[in-house]
Amino acid sequence: MSIDTITRAELGDPTSSFSQFLRLTSPELLPGAALAHGDAHLSPTATTIVAVATPTGVVLAGDRRATMGSMIAQRDIQKVYTADDFSAIGIAGSAGLAIDLVKLFRVELEHYEKIEGAPLTLDGKANRLASMIRSNLGMALQGFIVIPLFVGWDLQCDRARIFSYDATGGCYEETGYHAVGSGSVFAKGSLKKLYSPKASLDRAVEMCVQALFDAADDDSATGGPDVARQIYPVVITVGPDGATQVPEKQIAVTTDRVLAARAVRPDGPEATL
Amino acid sequence: MSQPVFYVSPEQQVKDRAEFARSGIAKGRSVIVARYGDGILFVGENRSKSLHKIAEIYDRIGFAAVGRYNEFENLRVAGIRHADVRGYAYDRRDVTGRMLAGAYAQLLGTIFSAVMEKPYEVEMVLAEVGATAESDEIYRLSFDGSITDESQFAVIGGAADAVGQVLRQSFDASMELGAVLRLAIQALIADPRGGNELTANALEVAVLDRTRASARKFRRLSVDEITALTTPAPKASPAAAAPRRRRKATATSGASGEVPTTDAAASAGSGKAATTDAATTSVESGSTTISRKSRATGSAARRAESSAAPAPAEAEAVGETVAPKRRRAPRKTPDAQ
Repeated sequence: MSIDTITRAELGDPTSSFSQFLRLTSPELLPGAALAHGDAHLSPTATTIVAVATPTGVVLAGDRRATMGSMIAQRDIQKVYTADDFSAIGIAGSAGLAIDLVKLFRVELEHYEKIEGAPLTLDGKANRLASMIRSNLGMALQGFIVIPLFVGWDLQCDRARIFSYDATGGCYEETGYHAVGSGSVFAKGSLKKLYSPKASLDRAVEMCVQALFDAADDDSATGGPDVARQIYPVVITVGPDGATQVPEKQIAVTTDRVLAARAVRPDGPEATL
Repeated sequence: MSQPVFYVSPEQQVKDRAEFARSGIAKGRSVIVARYGDGILFVGENRSKSLHKIAEIYDRIGFAAVGRYNEFENLRVAGIRHADVRGYAYDRRDVTGRMLAGAYAQLLGTIFSAVMEKPYEVEMVLAEVGATAESDEIYRLSFDGSITDESQFAVIGGAADAVGQVLRQSFDASMELGAVLRLAIQALIADPRGGNELTANALEVAVLDRTRASARKFRRLSVDEITALTTPAPKASPAAAAPRRRRKATATSGASGEVPTTDAAASAGSGKAATTDAATTSVESGSTTISRKSRATGSAARRAESSAAPAPAEAEAVGETVAPKRRRAPRKTPDAQ
């Protein structure tokens, strides 16, 4: 065994990272490997993702719309996914690249867990995602911007956490709630009035549905609930028992409640002064 | 001065290399991979909680190996990489046990016949759990790349023949998990160089559980779960009750005593022949420990003695797993800690 190999093995690099292994052996499989400058208009854009943290878990939700310019490219795209047993990821931005990146990230976490025999810490996962976004910087400069929102239950300190990113791979921990994507401004404005740090997980799910409704209300790229087609936001909760997707039926019930209330007061719940 | 070069016939060369690999593999302890009603069970004697002989490769595929640790660790990592790249490039369902077994056979065969390389001193099993019991697959791979499709169970390493014989006597692939596990432990004890009993602490047990909700069917069993399964009381709650998210639970429980059976197993790669050391007798005080007193030959005597142990129910259970044929001279009764 050469010194080079030993050193690399000692540094744990690239032995347990799937994306680095892929870079060495099959770089053509990496997200966006063959894309060139000016291709950005070829991929639809995925829009708003919201997250709310509570003492018993964290909720991550995304609307279902993807757009290409002013056209709706897809009505029922999925933008939030469970990343592993205790974390979930939602992605706004260039859809094709974003979905590939999620796929790579999920394999990355599982690969590490299988090779090392133990999962990464939540900070480790968040940092790993940061470096994957950073390695996409070249693509971002060409217009393929991908902005993830990462949430998880931290088993070390027993609490829910939210991490946001910028296109250069900067990773920032958020307190309470956060939103990314084109409708994030409206969603955050909505969450600002609805959020309470001691809310239950069910309340947090409702906050997310409300916030996505407000985003869809004012941002044309964010899709509202489509009752006729029964297309509702995808909602994932992560708590000490793990990450699970909230059943669509339950979201339908929550959405119906929100819609009924909005029929009376279209701007949503009134904040008390 | 350089050595003169002699002609060695290819037959002789292959024979020598096989001999070399075989003796290396026989030094360790056996690992059993067997079917049960809801999936595939992996059992091996292993005192280490971190150096595994049994591992997850992919959603439905598990791996077990014996021999030199660094060599089968290489194989394990290579398998995970191969599977993950394939599942990423195509689809998760395109990763199959047969495909991986073929890749392993190629790899081992190439290494075995490469004159400038030492053959790998490993034997391994690759198992894939199917959607139904009929589609379960167990492949046994040898150091030379030869591959066998086993329909019921596979035993690798150590005294594989002796262990397999015990297993064969009453094995039935439709048995439930606890029954197969108890039988497997009984079979492992049949290794003439082994200890008199195997505590839950000294075992590495994992399953590919068909009924598991997650796409990943592989799960390690904690010491508590193993104890519950090996105690044939009706209260024993099988794997279904296992907290699926507590995979690390195993690490916390094995803190105390070394049970002094044998074992080169934990350091399978050390290459040392297994030796027993009567001087180091100490026994864990936990109730899961099977009493060493139960070494008397007659089963009645064994039961009578073991019932004197602190936890009668457990001792009874253990009494059943103790193999009657013990070749070693009885050791001293261990001191309680």
